[in-house]
Amino acid sequence: MSRNRERRPTDAPGRWRAALLQGLFLLAFLVLLARAVDLQVLRHDFLVRQASARHLRTVEIPAHRGTIRDRHGETLALSTPMATVWANPKVLLQAPEYWPALARILGERERKLARRIRAYADREFVYLRRQVPPDVAQRVHALRAPGVGLAREYHRYYPAGEVAAHVVGFTDVDDVGREGMELAYDRWLRGTPGKKRVVRDGRHRIVDELELIRAPRPGRDLVLSIDLRIQYLAYRALKAAVRRHRARAGSAVVLDVRTGEVLAMVNQPSWNPNDRRHLRRAALRNRAVTDVFEPGSTMKPFAIAAALLSGRYRPDSRIDTRPGWLRVGRYTIHDVHDYGVLDLTGILRKSSNVGVSKIALSLPRESLWGVLQKVGFGQAPGLGFPGEAAGFLSPPAHWHRVEQATLAFGYGLSVSALQLARAYAVLAHDGRLLPVSLVRRAYPPEGTQVLPAAVARQVRHMLEAVVSPEGTAPRARIAGYRVAGKTGTVRKAVAGGYAEDRYLALFVGMAPASRPRLVCVVAIDEPGGETYYGGTVAAPVFQRILSGALRLLNVPPDAPRGTDAPLQAAMAGGPA
Amino acid sequence: MKRTAGYLVLLAAAVASAVVLAWARYRSRVLFVELQQLERARDVLETEWGRLQLEQAALAAPGRVERVARERLHMHVPGPDETVIVKP
Repeated sequence: MSRNRERRPTDAPGRWRAALLQGLFLLAFLVLLARAVDLQVLRHDFLVRQASARHLRTVEIPAHRGTIRDRHGETLALSTPMATVWANPKVLLQAPEYWPALARILGERERKLARRIRAYADREFVYLRRQVPPDVAQRVHALRAPGVGLAREYHRYYPAGEVAAHVVGFTDVDDVGREGMELAYDRWLRGTPGKKRVVRDGRHRIVDELELIRAPRPGRDLVLSIDLRIQYLAYRALKAAVRRHRARAGSAVVLDVRTGEVLAMVNQPSWNPNDRRHLRRAALRNRAVTDVFEPGSTMKPFAIAAALLSGRYRPDSRIDTRPGWLRVGRYTIHDVHDYGVLDLTGILRKSSNVGVSKIALSLPRESLWGVLQKVGFGQAPGLGFPGEAAGFLSPPAHWHRVEQATLAFGYGLSVSALQLARAYAVLAHDGRLLPVSLVRRAYPPEGTQVLPAAVARQVRHMLEAVVSPEGTAPRARIAGYRVAGKTGTVRKAVAGGYAEDRYLALFVGMAPASRPRLVCVVAIDEPGGETYYGGTVAAPVFQRILSGALRLLNVPPDAPRGTDAPLQAAMAGGPA
Repeated sequence: MKRTAGYLVLLAAAVASAVVLAWARYRSRVLFVELQQLERARDVLETEWGRLQLEQAALAAPGRVERVARERLHMHVPGPDETVIVKP
């Protein structure tokens, strides 16, 4: 009531003030209303877009890369999740008090970290450290520094290390295949990252997931044809030989004759795919596939096959290799000794250049070329491996007479170790050429008959003489098994001719010779020790690899007493 | 009268919808927290699985198996005279 009493004596200026106040309130209300209409109606879309741009983000969900395994399921390459530390420099720049602790956790100098943050001051994203161990990630998380986040990435491990490095290859830090099967099958192995839309708060932490735009699809696993046990065996034998003979490099390939699968493929020098800091380019090459060389005497069995195929020669046909040399045009072909009169087996056993040249010159040019071409020389083996070499084999129309002779003992063409293995697998598989594969096969391929089975068997039988005590490679013999093979000691081509003192020691062989299961090629480049022959440098490596591999594969011995004579009867009758 | 009833129904529907929306939002938050926990758990398990596979690969490496067989178990490769071939 007292208020009424006070208001009663209203005068003119009081009323005026009330009106003014009312007007001002009204005006303020109208201004607010106008502003509300402006924000809510007129600029609504623009503002929502701006807000979303600040808080809504599409983030990638990394996908798991497929595992690479050997034929028995042993892991060769595996991805495991790792945390990666990233920062938004714009935000982190405002909080320098966190820098010392952050630098300590990441094991980095504070000054270096500060320099990095300042250098990227105008960016919104910079990696601080990729792929950190879980405990470091935990400590970064616990620090809760503004503008610092953790992302999930994958780190790839290679448990077999240098043993399978050339075949498996590696991926870069972004999980993309760079070498080997990682590169060749990158699209198969690689997962498709997913995408999701999220809402982030001011500290860039995800507070809500709005929708999954695309689920991540993990990559597929890849099963190689490699048998890690044989791979390891081959690697160890090759490495020891390369070291012992102070060689520049070396390769070995083991092929399954019946399926065309590569069971082992090793090279020296090698490298550790888990630690590539000291990697040298030269060590990276899978020489067995990418490097070609003149195959030398290892071509002789194919010249003999051409001779048998022509019908003009039989295994006991005799060739006069006297006086140990042969003039062809302006060139002279030499043997190491004068071997006198030899039959075809003798030519292979003694590795007579003169004998095989005489045979090649007596045949039409096309016949030797036909055999070499049909067993796959001059054509890429088709593994799909990066940098796969096709080698070189010139067509017969371009041959001179001397080339016709030199091709028969392996000069004037170039082949890779894998091609050599594939060609010998034709002899091993009764004349059937199978496509080779580094991926495990569900069933053996049909292949094509490129040589008559009888010819392949005859050549194979002759090649058993090479490992006899009178042959060039008695050290390739394997106790319990019959072995067929051929040595090669190749002078390396250099600019302007052939080097006097640089050789390639080769041995190619198969076992058990009665019904071959495995073909193995050993190539040792520039042995620098006291000996450089294929029979003394490469053949022992072959022996080590195959004796182990035959045992691992449970291949029944075909010469159980360790004798030289073929004991097929013993096979049928058990241990007599 | 009829009209009022209609409005009431619509009002009730609007209120119900609002309540359900609030409830759905709440559920979504709860489930999101759970999803994040499960994803974290999956990551931990995945890391562990990878670590175990690597450990197994390291323990089963042919070189190690051979060394253990030779040195600790004193095994050797049987020679031809120790081998008996059983006819299949």
